Parts: sequence; structure tokens; C-alpha cells
Amino acid sequence: MTLPFYVPPEQLMKDRAEYARKGIARGKAILAVDYQDGILVVAENPSGTLQKIGEVYDRIAFAGAGKYNEFEALRVAGVRHADLKGYAYARSDVTAKGLANAYSQALGHIFTQEVKPYEVEIMVAEVGLTNEENRLYKVLYDGTLYDEEHFSAIGGQSEQLTALLEERFVPGADLGQATAWAREVFTVAMEREFAPSDWEAAVVDRTLGRRTFRRLSADELAG
Amino acid sequence: MNLDGSPLGEVSPPESFGALLRVRGLEPRWDAGSGGLRLEAPEATTVLAFRYADGVIMAGDRRATAGNIIAHRNVQKVFPADAFSAVAISGVAGVAAELVRLFQTELEHYEKLEGSRLSLDGKANHLAAMIRHHLPMAFQGLVVVPLFCGFDEIGQCGRLYSFDVVGGRYEETDYAATGSGGRDAKLYIRTAFQDGMSHDDALRLALEALVAAAEEDTSTGGPDLQRSIYPNVVVVSADGYQEVEEEAVAATARDVMGGLS
Repeated sequence: MTLPFYVPPEQLMKDRAEYARKGIARGKAILAVDYQDGILVVAENPSGTLQKIGEVYDRIAFAGAGKYNEFEALRVAGVRHADLKGYAYARSDVTAKGLANAYSQALGHIFTQEVKPYEVEIMVAEVGLTNEENRLYKVLYDGTLYDEEHFSAIGGQSEQLTALLEERFVPGADLGQATAWAREVFTVAMEREFAPSDWEAAVVDRTLGRRTFRRLSADELAG
Repeated sequence: MNLDGSPLGEVSPPESFGALLRVRGLEPRWDAGSGGLRLEAPEATTVLAFRYADGVIMAGDRRATAGNIIAHRNVQKVFPADAFSAVAISGVAGVAAELVRLFQTELEHYEKLEGSRLSLDGKANHLAAMIRHHLPMAFQGLVVVPLFCGFDEIGQCGRLYSFDVVGGRYEETDYAATGSGGRDAKLYIRTAFQDGMSHDDALRLALEALVAAAEEDTSTGGPDLQRSIYPNVVVVSADGYQEVEEEAVAATARDVMGGLS
């Protein structure tokens, strides 16, 4: 029997991070942006049934980029976490902050303890009673948690998307304006045209009552 | 509560909230042991549902009694189950209310995980399974019997279901009622029911039947004009679950009561 080679921890983490980043860079991007009634989430997703954006709870939406089976497992875990918490306590006790923390813990644990890190980036969006109370969190493959303001992006080319959106974003825009921004920055960043069926989009909209999550139709995205 | 590394696979069936609660040891239990414990739990009710032109209408009185005591005057017994169905409860109030909360969470949980709502039959079957699961409690006197109705999105019609204490599920063609005053309410509806009633006619019949039940059954509260406590009335149609506005219920209730006295 041979002893395994010694690998310094720095090297091990670097290799894992590189592996995860490569997987995520291949994945299609997702963009979230504030608008007057809530938060819009737009993803490039040619499949009409395998979704990247999902409802987690009354005011909370989930989006995952990267490997489908991994972020889908995280979405399911998030819905379970939220429904258990809301059932055990009260619906208002389920917050994006708690959920993002749980995702951060789970991904951090997987990154260091499991054989293979998850090749995913996660976004958790919560619509508040006002836009100042909106919450937008981004969780990376290693559990790093970012608290974002007004807009955020995950997946391949996410930095370009946020940089392009930065130039355009004005607080309090309507939904039509927000979807127009999303179309524009995707087109510029990816350097190609998109058909309405290439999009998957949803909003968490505070005007919709208890359950604020709503998927947008292709017509609404066509502009 | 933590998210663990392998969130799938440990819950079976994976989309069931009830199964998730059992895995985590959080399912509600009311086991009173075999000591023959006798509690005076608030109970008894009249709830009813019947079809009308647009779908189904469901109504319930507001009184909860414990023995010969009126425990609460403004209890809610009719609830939304999801966007296209409603559930009403009779029996032990505390247990029934918890059951409804669990049922609502279960339907929403399924919808979020699967990306589509359960069929109306699926919802009714699940509710029946929940009642069956609670049979040991029924033997201890903690009886819960629900009434379920909804709009069938596939068949585009309103449908309603009654249940028995062992979890039997019975689809009713036109009307159903349960609770201690259910018999009187059902008798009243049977004589006055017509196919394709308008919304206003249906609301009036629902209130008349509740008043008739309250006349005969001490455990059923009629509209309380003095305290402005009126029955809960909801409709489920192609537009989904909607509560009938309290003013409309109040106006019809005053009319119905005036007609009787």
C-alpha cells in the first residue's frame, strides 16, 4: 500500500476553486435588478421546463447558475428550510438572510469536506415593503456570501453584466424598463441577439399579495 | 435548522411536507395515552358547501363550544387550501386548525417543489390520508372531519368532497354539510337547491341554511347582528379562491334574519 502524496492545503483549495470556477464559467448567466414594485430576475435559458429561477417562499425567490442537478438540490433544500421554518414559527420569520446564511454554510461545508465542490452560484432575492428593504444575496461555490444592492449577477460573464448594468441603472424604474435593461446588457455582454424564448424570467412583486412570485411570459420579455 | 450536503433522498416521497416533518421529528401529535383522558376541547360546528353557476360556494358558522360553554364567538372555520380550493373544518377546533395549516403548507410545498399544483383529486386524496393518519386521535375523542371543495382546472368545474372520521373520501354531486348542525343545513339546502344558481342566490341559500342549522343546533352560531359577527363565506370559481366581502354577507344575513323573525 502506498501513502498518498502530501498536498499543501493552499494548493488543494486552489485546485478545487479552479475546478468549480471552470464549471460555473460554462454556465449561462442570471441577472437580478430592482424595479419599482420589487425585483426582476432574468436568466438565459432555452429550456422551457428545466428552470433556474424558483419560488422559495412568500417574498423570496431563488436563482441558480452552474450545474443543474446541484443547484436544483439546493433549491429543494431551500424550499424545505423555508417551509419548515414558516410552519414551526410564523411566515414572517422566513427571511432571505437566514436562507442565504444556510446556503453559505452548506456550500462552505461541501467545498472543504466533500470530494468535489459544487459548481454553482446561488442568488436569493427578497422583496421588502419598500425598495430600501429589498434584499439580494449572492452565494459562491465556496460559501462566500455577498450582500448586493440594487442588482447582481451570477454565472459566466456575471462581472460584465453588472458592469454594463451599473452604467444604466436608475432606482425606481418600471418593469418594462428593467426588462429592457436586462435584454440590452445580455445582448452587449454576450455579443449576440436573443429570441424571446431564450429567456426565463420571474419577479417578486410586492403588489401581488401574500405570494409575490410570478413568472413572466415570453410576450412580457419581447419588449 | 441547517441545509445539509445531500438534501435529496432522505425524505420519501421527496415532495411531501408531511414526510419531511416526520423525518425531522416535527409532526404534530396529540396522543393522550390510553388513560381514558377526557378533555373538554372546543368543538361542534356547521359548515356547508354547494355548487352554483360559477363554481362552488362554502360557508361556516363562527361558534366554538366546549360542553355547554360558548368558547369562542368568532372562530374561522373556512380557509383557503390553495389558490383554487377551500377547506372547512368541523370537530375539535385546535386539532382541526393545525390540520388545516399543515394541509395548506403541504399543497404549497408540493407546488413549489414540483412546479405545478396537485390535481383537485390529488388534494382531496391527500386530505383523506391526513384524516386517516389521525384515526388514533379520533378514538381518543379528538375528532376532526373536514369538507373540501375547489375548482377543477382540468375539468373546468367546481367540485366538492365530504369525508368521514376514518378518512373516507366521498365526492358529492351538488351539496354537502358537516358538523353538529350539518344535518339541518343539508336538509334546508336539499329543499331549496337548484342547478346553476347565481352568486347572490347562492350566498342567500348558504346563509339561510346556516340560520336553519343555528335554529336547531345549540353548537352552531347564527349571524350575530348585535356584535357584527357574520359567517365566513367563500367562493371558488375559474378566477380562484375568493372571500365574499363581509358587507355583502352582512347585508344578506340581515335580510335572511329579518325574513325569519
